[in-house]
Amino acid sequence: MAEIATQVEQEKEPLFGKKERKLLIDPISDNNPITVQVLGICSALAVTTLVNKAVVMAIAVTFVTAMSNLAVSFLRKGMPKQIRMIVQLVVVAFLVTLVELALKAANYPIWKELSVYIGLIITNCIVMGRLEAYAMANKPWRSFVDGVGNGLGYGVILIIVAAFRELFGKGSLAGFQIIGNTPDYLIDTTKNSFFSWYMPNNLMVIPAAALFIISAIIWIQRSKNQNLVDVS
Amino acid sequence: MQSNNYVTIYTVIMTLVVSVVLAVVVSGLKPIHDDNAAVFKKREIFKAVKGYLSGDLDKMTDKEVLALFDKSIKQVVIDGNGKPVEGEKAENLDMAQEEKKPIADRHYPVFSYDSDKGTFYLVSVRGNGLWDKIWGTIALKDDFNTIAGASFGHVGETPGLGAEISDNPTFPKQFEGKTIKDDGKYVSVAVVKGGIKKPAHQVDAITGATITSNGVTEMLDRGLKVYLPYFESLKK
Repeated sequence: MAEIATQVEQEKEPLFGKKERKLLIDPISDNNPITVQVLGICSALAVTTLVNKAVVMAIAVTFVTAMSNLAVSFLRKGMPKQIRMIVQLVVVAFLVTLVELALKAANYPIWKELSVYIGLIITNCIVMGRLEAYAMANKPWRSFVDGVGNGLGYGVILIIVAAFRELFGKGSLAGFQIIGNTPDYLIDTTKNSFFSWYMPNNLMVIPAAALFIISAIIWIQRSKNQNLVDVS
Repeated sequence: MQSNNYVTIYTVIMTLVVSVVLAVVVSGLKPIHDDNAAVFKKREIFKAVKGYLSGDLDKMTDKEVLALFDKSIKQVVIDGNGKPVEGEKAENLDMAQEEKKPIADRHYPVFSYDSDKGTFYLVSVRGNGLWDKIWGTIALKDDFNTIAGASFGHVGETPGLGAEISDNPTFPKQFEGKTIKDDGKYVSVAVVKGGIKKPAHQVDAITGATITSNGVTEMLDRGLKVYLPYFESLKK
């Protein structure tokens, strides 16, 4: 009897089954933290001027949401109810500090530019939101997958917005000049690229541009999937 | 609800674990952080004389930057009266810390870069932008009047507006060839809106970033002035 019971249990919970896939995919599309839950808008406005920065930020947030979900899920039974939030905050702050120290050692110039925003991951609503909504009530492995999914969902939007802003604001993608002239075209006119008629649009570089690009993404997503319209 | 004793012990253990791990990581990574910071600072200094370097600064490795710095940069720290200060290294001087001291006690760094195209004197200036501090490195030719190059940095100016002082290479490029003296009298270099009237001492401001532009003007006027007595003593 006992043997059968364990077999059933194993069949019921494979390591990466339908549920896990749903946890991973959902936040990237139909339950996206930025466009559907409308969380984490603050940093989405600030760090989306360049694709490189957005990628670093996406990796950092994914790491923090995944690891903090995992840690809080492990701790959830022994965690004193009175100081639940404080323990969660300590876990998040600890992980964010680790990320910042690692980035400072790995790539100093990017750390110099992002350090303010990396620190602000502590207060990123997505991280706390997932801890309270998911990790406090679920097993570690699923919490971890949920954290990875939400981090990626945030990261995907960040990178899409950054790609639009960098392409139209500076004419480049991830640092490579694609359309328009190089920034020093006034000095060196021989360095024209192919679409040299394009003038970089400074509006795309200022934070307001992120707002209307995110709004456009929300609009497109909701017009394609009517179920989302009255969700939030 | 857990008992108070449980909560207290839980908190103490949690705090201890977190702080010990962080302390170990910080002290373990400190040498790497310090090296990175030193390379970053030296790159910032070289940026001001970018046009006079033999290679492309962005393509130089960290090792090459350090080697070039050791080989061709001489450094001296001066006080407010332009007298050299013994026993201090300019590369270790932190302008942000100097700013907190009373004006009379402040020290300033001067780097001289010897290249085959002449000697350049690089000085640091620091001032206020719209949101936070801005700073710059200005390279002067050995007549102590003509600007050979400039580079700027900032903490948090608006991307696309004030941040253009460092993001857009055309802004610092404008300073090349400007002179800080008019008939021997110190006039600095001003960032002006709506048309340059004195091409030798003025550069074009950034559209939409009036306060950052004015901050650069003020920073240069106040910042370069303190180096003048030292330059006078070098001329003799």
